[in-house]
Amino acid sequence: MTDRHAQGAAQKPAQEPAQAKSPPSAAKPAADIIADERVRKVPAWRKALIRPELGAICGTILVFAFFAVIAGNSGMFAPEGIMNWGVVAAQFAVIAVGACLLMIAGEFDLSVGSMIGFSGIIIALLSVTLHYPVWFAILAAFAVAIAIGALNGYLVIKTGLPSFIVTLAFLYILRGLTIFISITTTRQTIIGGVREVAAGDPVAWLFGGKVLGGLFMWLADIGAIGKFVAGPRAGQPVVDGIPVLIVWALVLVAFGHVLLTRTRFGNWIFASGGDAQAARYVGVPVDRVKILMFMFSAFCATVFATCQVMEFGSAAADRGLLKEFEAIISVVIGGALLTGGYGSVVGAALGALIFGVVQQGLFFAGVESSLFRVFLGAILLMAVILNTYIRRMITGER
Amino acid sequence: MADPLIELIDIEKHFGPVIALNGVSISVLPGECHCLLGDNGAGKSTFIKTMSGVHKPTRGRILVDGKEIAFASPRDAMQAGIATVYQDLAMIPLMSVTRNFWMGREPVRKTGPLRFFDFQKANAVTMEEMRKMGISLREPDQAVGTLSGGERQTVAIARAVYFGAKVLILDEPTSALGVRQTANVLSTIARVREKGIGVVFITHNVRHALAVGDRFTVLNRGRTLGTALRGEVKPEELQDMMAGGQELAELEGSLGGTV
Repeated sequence: MTDRHAQGAAQKPAQEPAQAKSPPSAAKPAADIIADERVRKVPAWRKALIRPELGAICGTILVFAFFAVIAGNSGMFAPEGIMNWGVVAAQFAVIAVGACLLMIAGEFDLSVGSMIGFSGIIIALLSVTLHYPVWFAILAAFAVAIAIGALNGYLVIKTGLPSFIVTLAFLYILRGLTIFISITTTRQTIIGGVREVAAGDPVAWLFGGKVLGGLFMWLADIGAIGKFVAGPRAGQPVVDGIPVLIVWALVLVAFGHVLLTRTRFGNWIFASGGDAQAARYVGVPVDRVKILMFMFSAFCATVFATCQVMEFGSAAADRGLLKEFEAIISVVIGGALLTGGYGSVVGAALGALIFGVVQQGLFFAGVESSLFRVFLGAILLMAVILNTYIRRMITGER
Repeated sequence: MADPLIELIDIEKHFGPVIALNGVSISVLPGECHCLLGDNGAGKSTFIKTMSGVHKPTRGRILVDGKEIAFASPRDAMQAGIATVYQDLAMIPLMSVTRNFWMGREPVRKTGPLRFFDFQKANAVTMEEMRKMGISLREPDQAVGTLSGGERQTVAIARAVYFGAKVLILDEPTSALGVRQTANVLSTIARVREKGIGVVFITHNVRHALAVGDRFTVLNRGRTLGTALRGEVKPEELQDMMAGGQELAELEGSLGGTV
């Protein structure tokens, strides 16, 4: 039967669309032609609301409301409290941006955590143990890390293996190498003394210390933020500047967001993750895009590592454990699709914020810290369920 | 009669010991819809992949505008004005119509040293081109996943036409579609043809072919069984040639002519 109908419809194709759509009347402007009765009009508020980041926005509001209630008068939302969870959230955000763009391009990087330990040890080893200038150590760490990122990408592209497996191998390789190098050269897994050699270095200040110190001094003078009343730092503001790590996080998030949504390369990132073959057929350099994103992920890991080394004044071979999963969780809370082709950098940044606020907030609230993982798992699950519904609404998946 | 846009002469393609194509010839004229018919395994896919630069022919000649040419890659073929719309690889459903339409050829706008995706231009052109094809989009940033199968094919066709295709190869554009959507795609083919673009329409559905085709070439077991003009050939004959004859005729008898 169906075929008979098909025949009837197929014999007179030219008339058919006039029935499917409303007939275009010549007098009306183009916008009025829109009248497919199967397409509902979508109100503007709904369109503005239904976006990839919606799940993360809801999660952020929920988490802040929750802690405002249970930890509102613990100092969590005082300036020093904000700095406390702000720095933790910024740490997550830095690696989440790299993981987000890579995931949208259709790949994973499980070697991020090991890369953090590896880059840190390279910096400390070159500067403290081998007495190279700190700027050289930092540049060398970036160069080596980005080269390893490129190797990750090259292997994924050339072998056709899932990036999950290739980068899992590097998770072990890099962690093992880090411990090996550190022990064979210094007989220990922690290399300290970086802060001393970094003093006055032309590059190191980009990764350590604080900015806007004068502003905060002024804020303290006018009484907007408190001052220490006793101890060695008496008279100084309780918050004496914005850690550069937060600046890095903001810059990377802004860069990632603009790159993804506003540039031609961003379109290639979406296309590479959405359907690599279809993208190749229209001339998108899929291999190049993916390898570059692996390199960017390694870059972000090294930014994290360098800031951490400068903050602690030391590098340790076990730094960055599980960071790859924390980055991926932030990205997924932020609305990205695990299989690629869909996601948002702003969402990933909000995911990182949720992560930081929950981790530090439970401490402020005086809750047993093991509950952090329970809470986090619950948030992850809720956010992903909500994100799945939102994504289906946007993309028409069924 | 106008000169053919593209002509393929005695194309042979061997994959190791397998002879996928064994002397296939076809020419496409401006503004015609040339239907390439054949059952599964007849060599249709291999042939269009040769035409679109994915495969290099083992033997035979390809002439574009009368000049012999060898495609090293699909990009070469695209450059020569030969665009292919693959059945399932046409669009990325997670991405917006605009992002799909311009994929790989995004317009950029310069702001100082930076270059941004020019969404204003991209959206306007996309809406206009889709309107010309008879599809009214709700908005250019709606995801392709929200479109029907026929509309997705139409976006892909509109894209190929906008980017200057002279020959448009459609790989089974109707095989996965419902009745109305099929009709939409067929009417799109009719519109494209009016612009003077040569359409190669691959299908194994004789009725869809007869609805829009000007000429019909039947492939069977890697060979062309000849090309027929519209009106010269009956559906039953085409069906017969595709299937290679006898047994289908018997089958058709027992099924009451519904195949």
